[in-house]
Amino acid sequence: MKKLVTIFMASMLVLGLAGFAQSKVLKVALDAGPVSQDPQVQLSGGMLQYSHWVFDPLVRYRQDMTFEPRLAVKWERINDLTMRFHLRKGVKFHSGNPFTAADVKFTFERFYKSQDFKGLFEPFESCTVVDDHTVDIKTKKPYALLINMATYIFPMDHKFYSGTDDTGQPKDAVVKIGPSFALKNESGTGRFRVVEWEQGARYVFERFADHWDKDSPGNVSKIIITPIKEDATRVAALLSGDVDFISPVPPQDFGRIEKDPKVNLFTYSGGRIITIQMNQQRRPEFRDVRVRQAMVHAVNNVGIVEKIMKGTATAAAQQSPKGYMGHKESLKPRFDLNKAKALMKEAGLEKGFECTMIAPNNRYVNDEKIAEAVVPMLARINIKVSLKTMPKAQYWDEFDARVADLQLIGWHSDTEDSGNFSEFLMMCPNKETGYGQYNSGNYCNPKIDELTMAAQVETDLKKRKDILQEIEQILYDDAAFIPFHWQNHSYGARKGVEVAPIINTMNFPYLGDLVVK
Amino acid sequence: MLAFITRRIIQSILVMLVISLVGFSIQHQIGDPVRDLVGERVTPAEREVIRDKLGLNDPFYIQYFRFVAKACRGDLGLSFFYKKPAMDVILSKAPATIELVIVTSVILILVSIPIGIYSAIYPKSWVSRIAIAASTIGVAVPVFLTAIALIYLFSVELNWLPSYGRGETVTVWGFWETGFLTVDGWLHLLLPAVSLSSIMLPLFIRLIRAEMMEVLETDYIKYAWAKGLERKRVWLVHAFKNTLLPVITVFGVQLGIMFAFTILTETVFQWQGMGFMFLEAVERSDTSLLVAYLVFVGVIFVVVNTLVDILYGVVNPMVRIAGTK
Repeated sequence: MKKLVTIFMASMLVLGLAGFAQSKVLKVALDAGPVSQDPQVQLSGGMLQYSHWVFDPLVRYRQDMTFEPRLAVKWERINDLTMRFHLRKGVKFHSGNPFTAADVKFTFERFYKSQDFKGLFEPFESCTVVDDHTVDIKTKKPYALLINMATYIFPMDHKFYSGTDDTGQPKDAVVKIGPSFALKNESGTGRFRVVEWEQGARYVFERFADHWDKDSPGNVSKIIITPIKEDATRVAALLSGDVDFISPVPPQDFGRIEKDPKVNLFTYSGGRIITIQMNQQRRPEFRDVRVRQAMVHAVNNVGIVEKIMKGTATAAAQQSPKGYMGHKESLKPRFDLNKAKALMKEAGLEKGFECTMIAPNNRYVNDEKIAEAVVPMLARINIKVSLKTMPKAQYWDEFDARVADLQLIGWHSDTEDSGNFSEFLMMCPNKETGYGQYNSGNYCNPKIDELTMAAQVETDLKKRKDILQEIEQILYDDAAFIPFHWQNHSYGARKGVEVAPIINTMNFPYLGDLVVK
Repeated sequence: MLAFITRRIIQSILVMLVISLVGFSIQHQIGDPVRDLVGERVTPAEREVIRDKLGLNDPFYIQYFRFVAKACRGDLGLSFFYKKPAMDVILSKAPATIELVIVTSVILILVSIPIGIYSAIYPKSWVSRIAIAASTIGVAVPVFLTAIALIYLFSVELNWLPSYGRGETVTVWGFWETGFLTVDGWLHLLLPAVSLSSIMLPLFIRLIRAEMMEVLETDYIKYAWAKGLERKRVWLVHAFKNTLLPVITVFGVQLGIMFAFTILTETVFQWQGMGFMFLEAVERSDTSLLVAYLVFVGVIFVVVNTLVDILYGVVNPMVRIAGTK
């Protein structure tokens, strides 16, 4: 018996060692790499992806959009304005410092030094340390999305980022241009730590041995990220086995990757809605709801999803994607050419009119092709569109200047909540409050403003849901914009890389939990 | 002589000023660099603050003079994306491009000379016909298509060669990252170099062929045949030597064009060189890096041309005299 135990122990040891020695290197090709090691320097998808690898948020989204405890193990509302977060104990930063409430406070306050984040955290009042592992986060007014915003709080090591660097600059400075300590150094609590950082060329992350999450099945020991901008080259790198994981996959290559037995394709429905806004200030015709309805009915967005997006998007009739509180199931895409023609006739514009349109050509998946498809569709109801497309570097200035009658814009809600769409895209543009900042159509309906503001402060979820769905219904009836689709996120990986469990609507692949065989 | 050199140098300074002015004015057409630095949701007011900090709101001539004053001290500004001095970025990317161009030139020489000579000597043979036909197609096919076709054939289908990047590199002399010292580096070099040479090869094959055919018709070659010299000697020593002169001149000019074509080749192969950096800078509106690149390339061309002109002056006094009137 004793012998058996010895053999058993010995074999366990050998197996254990073998498992330990087997290092799993994941080679990743993305279209672009993160711009800085400082998680608060830019609010963008790429930087948030990076933050989930090297840092941990207080809470994060699961696939079903519920919240998963990360550095916060528990949270509770203690009054209308305040939420109390109980923090995880025994967590270590990459520097070796222990994680405490002071780090959360430091991180929270640093948001206000960042041009990108301060707007997002405007509704907040303060972050107070209760004890070493408890913080209270308070808002100025009752704020329904407090917990959503906690997904942005990636605690940074306050001891590591205090003091000054060699140049005499404070280490916690948030610097957009030029060198800074946080640009080149990190100390987060995340699964991976940065070991090599060649901006725009090569990023190497290594597994952090002292990571708190021992239950995660993730077994990747090293990640090497190479940005490959060219779609064809990125796909070729996967097909030839030079990399294990790519994102995004261009729609034209979906078939090829699905056919190849060595690789798998994964898609996940995203939350970014693609729309065209009709400028009512520039075109009196667009003030007539019948004309707007006619245009929405003339655009075959289901066809665009099939033909141009190759089925890699979900045709939309509203802003909120499925899973969001405001998503109203009964709103369906409404392509109907005869009805569109009838509506134009009713509006007395049977003969149509001419108008201008702009769209970006490298911002959204197939943005230029979508815009080009719209032109003949609107021509069928005698609206002659002259289209101009341009790279995103030039596009947003033109968009802001409202240079065209029709302008294409895609929007992803920062809060993963329906209200955000209306706040930026549909509320009456107001320079002082900043609401309606990207509402280039100048659609202005006081009822929408009122409901959107009500949704912000409504903490009763049932009532809030009704308000948000009512907004979608009004926008649908008003034909406030031309809806296209929600883009899907796409990933390609070699067989054995189990991508399905780690992807989500936000396009944050949680590589820390990735299992590689 | 001194007057000649002085004049050339003054001229080249003027040329540099024009290049920097052109570069500096187009940067305002490319787009707003601040847009790329911040997330899309940042308010116009916040963007204004950053623009002010960067001095982008100053009048054009102030910005330009500030730029020239700094450039004279060797400071071409900070790259917005790399957050490092633009010059450092360019210098760190230069070795990759230079190595690619060197290997491409070697391929050019090794392939175009034998084929050019052969097809001049035996214009009717089927090998020559195929070579000429292929070079016609070669001229017509754009380099990015050649590159993608090569990747699909050799990386995806056959799996012989890597599809992107430089592979394993070794740092020598403290700053030069070379791919020449590792097998992996060479494997990575092959496809980009072949695609880049595919643009120049047809030109050189045809040029060598045409020049060689012309030389073969000259009297001194006929005389060499009459003297009963060995065939190889007539072709390779007597005829080819004289073919080479115009070819070398063209090669010098084409070398510059080759640097331009690295932009496309490097982008397809994700080759971390200057060309790739340039295209990325355009997309990111990293205007300070763009201008620095234009000025850097401008300086190289102006310096080389000035040196050549001065040397010409030394060798050929007629240039000097014509210049002074």
